[in-house]
Amino acid sequence: MIRSPFRTSLFATTVLAASVSAASAVTYVRGNDGDPETLDQHKTSTVAEANILRDLYEGLVVYDPAAQVIPGVAESWEISEDGTVYTFALRDDAKWSNGDPVTANDFVFSLNRIMDPATGAKYANILYPIKGAEAINKGEGGELGVKAVDDHTLEITLEQPTPYFLELLTHQTGLPVHPATVEEFGVDFVQPENMVSNGAFALESVTPNDKIVLQKNAEFHDADNVAIDTVEFTPFEDRANCARRFEAGEVHSCSDIAAEQIADLQSRLGDQVRIAPYLGVYYYGINSAREPFDNVNVRQALSMVIDREFLADEVWAGSMIAAYSWVPPGIGNYVAEQPQLDYADTPLLDREDEAIALLEEAGYGPDNPLEVEISYNTSENHKNVATAIASMWEPLGVTTTFNVRDASAHYAMLRDEKVHDVARAGWIGDYSDPQNFLFLNRADNPGFNYGNYDNPEYDALLDKAAAITDLDERAQVLAEAETMFLRDVPQIPLAFYSSRSLVSPKLQGWEDNIQNVHPTRFLSISE
Amino acid sequence: MLRYVTRRLLGAIPTLFLIITGAFFLIRVAPGGPFDRERTLEPTVMENLNKIFHLDKPLWEQYFYYLGNLFRGDLGPSFIYRDFTVGELLANGLPVSMTLGSLALLLALLIGGTLGCIAALRQNSWIDYAVIATATFGITVPNFVVAPLLALVFGVWLSVLPAGGWNGGAPSNLVLPVIALALPQVAVVARLVRGSMIEALRSDHVRTARAYGLPTRMIVITHALRAACLPAVSYLGPAAAALLTGSIVIEQIFGLPGIGRYFVNGALNRDYTLVMGTVVVIAVFVVIFNLIVDILYAALDPRVRYD
Repeated sequence: MIRSPFRTSLFATTVLAASVSAASAVTYVRGNDGDPETLDQHKTSTVAEANILRDLYEGLVVYDPAAQVIPGVAESWEISEDGTVYTFALRDDAKWSNGDPVTANDFVFSLNRIMDPATGAKYANILYPIKGAEAINKGEGGELGVKAVDDHTLEITLEQPTPYFLELLTHQTGLPVHPATVEEFGVDFVQPENMVSNGAFALESVTPNDKIVLQKNAEFHDADNVAIDTVEFTPFEDRANCARRFEAGEVHSCSDIAAEQIADLQSRLGDQVRIAPYLGVYYYGINSAREPFDNVNVRQALSMVIDREFLADEVWAGSMIAAYSWVPPGIGNYVAEQPQLDYADTPLLDREDEAIALLEEAGYGPDNPLEVEISYNTSENHKNVATAIASMWEPLGVTTTFNVRDASAHYAMLRDEKVHDVARAGWIGDYSDPQNFLFLNRADNPGFNYGNYDNPEYDALLDKAAAITDLDERAQVLAEAETMFLRDVPQIPLAFYSSRSLVSPKLQGWEDNIQNVHPTRFLSISE
Repeated sequence: MLRYVTRRLLGAIPTLFLIITGAFFLIRVAPGGPFDRERTLEPTVMENLNKIFHLDKPLWEQYFYYLGNLFRGDLGPSFIYRDFTVGELLANGLPVSMTLGSLALLLALLIGGTLGCIAALRQNSWIDYAVIATATFGITVPNFVVAPLLALVFGVWLSVLPAGGWNGGAPSNLVLPVIALALPQVAVVARLVRGSMIEALRSDHVRTARAYGLPTRMIVITHALRAACLPAVSYLGPAAAALLTGSIVIEQIFGLPGIGRYFVNGALNRDYTLVMGTVVVIAVFVVIFNLIVDILYAALDPRVRYD
């Protein structure tokens, strides 16, 4: 893009003038996925909210710029030998934005609050590994395994060893609330005039659908190293709008790009387009409880002929990675050589022959074509994928129809009716551990098990892994479970997600990482 | 006239009641609920939420509960945007949509009206053809093409105006969305005014006025314009209601915090109360603007009376 001096806009002039006149006031205009549904950390569930809350609050542990878990409010911690008791030593200089010290009791209050059914926390189950949490959240009462030994020592007891527990605490559900404010204002504690937070930033204003403004929190223990003074989170439901405003120099980063724009933006903006592996899998659940999909040959044949490279490179314009396994690569606590589908390295033509033979064995061919209905939620990308897959199934003589609904209707059907043949779904990991992906296929997890997979051996392996504290040994057992899953393929992995961001060269400190987390406290802006 | 207005407003109550009832049950018929998302919730969590939002009660009970609240002026909490009530969301968004809509309407009336008059007075000249061609372009090219194009040209390439954002309603941020919103309306108004003006200019009383030797300017302003405005005024009723309650496309493309997006997002997310809130607002606007149009009509056309 070429700009000549006389084209300097009124807007650009204003921004420039503001930045020159207040050289110390650095404002980061940050494109976000959408408007937060709430800023109450105990009621949130979306990435858009996590991005804001990560700046507002500090948990016991936090992510660094590379998404590695580092100390937060907790300076250090000890884990009991049996892996069930975590004792956190809280830093002395942790303060709330009103100057109050952050104490162990604040976390006791917060964790009890999220488990209280009256809170209506959507994601309380993330913290179910804590002793007594599930029973309390289900209204059965009991005591939560969280106690304050003293103001600066917190003890959390788990139901069973959970190697990814520290990573769980980085989730927004693990963030503390300021008890006195919650008690005084109730649900209104999230309003800018009431909110007291303990993160690098404090809430300044909220304008729905417009922007959420955060100001640097002078009480934050590491405030001296926070280079940005103001963050303006701007929601962009229309990804193209963010790209336009990014090009116009009005925003410093966009959290997502429309797939169809990637090639064009890359050609013009070069490495300002950031595509990095992301902890998520895009898949098709095959209803293995339903004929003829209860036949593993049918499922394998349908999976075998899918050209995943074409989907990743063409349909998603290179913004996804072809998936031949269920657990995304780069995940923590896992084996180095991940299991993958047997035919991952087999040429597509050979796979086609093999798939035709498998279907024939199952009684399907040109004389008796297999009929498959693909259900998906409305979206141009999902439509393109479904259309491409239908054409890949054609050589098998498969007749494909489509059932398209909006997201609410699609997921309500998957949850309640389970009348699908093949249904689109995706899963973004909440923590970097294979368990977070493998648990989706448990028989006792009907909410997510869209393949209706019911294999006691698989479930037993997951149970066995849950009781093992040695991480290497545990990883081996989980890999066994994934191998079994890929053999039975009740859900067809298609692609691994990538994060797709636009990052201005002015924005320093942005590191691509598998969790796609970029806390503002580690970023800076150079003019 | 006061009696007429009061009667019309009272007459609108059953209409509004029917709209609210219809909308309430229609949105509930749609499969899926407010908490059915990509991330399926734990059954217990779902139960907790249903209880909090009274969704565990029978539908008729929820209906009367909603009506009761509405009667007290409470539009209820949003199911999705949980930090806000629907009233707060609409109170935030409505001024934005109304600012955009009223500016677009004003622009449509001024430019469309002027263009229509000029085209009618210069019928079959190149000016007339140019106006018709521009109007046809304005009507046929959709908003979702014009708006990004404007943002791209003036925001990104020329950098003379912001490519999006509200920025507290700064004038520079209003220019592009208002133009994009007004363009189709300008076109419609120009065509309507042109047609009715031509008709008016050919009417007997204008011909008589010409015969008396009155100057053209006076004939147009005092005799023809009033009649020529009538079709445009009728059109402006529903158009104003639609413009003032937000243009979904424009708000989305420019990222503006109006209420247009709430209707679509509310429906897609099954945010029942938010959808109902926008329905109520739009319905009230339609009623009010139809009333205003009727009053204006009577003022412009003496044959129409308030009875």
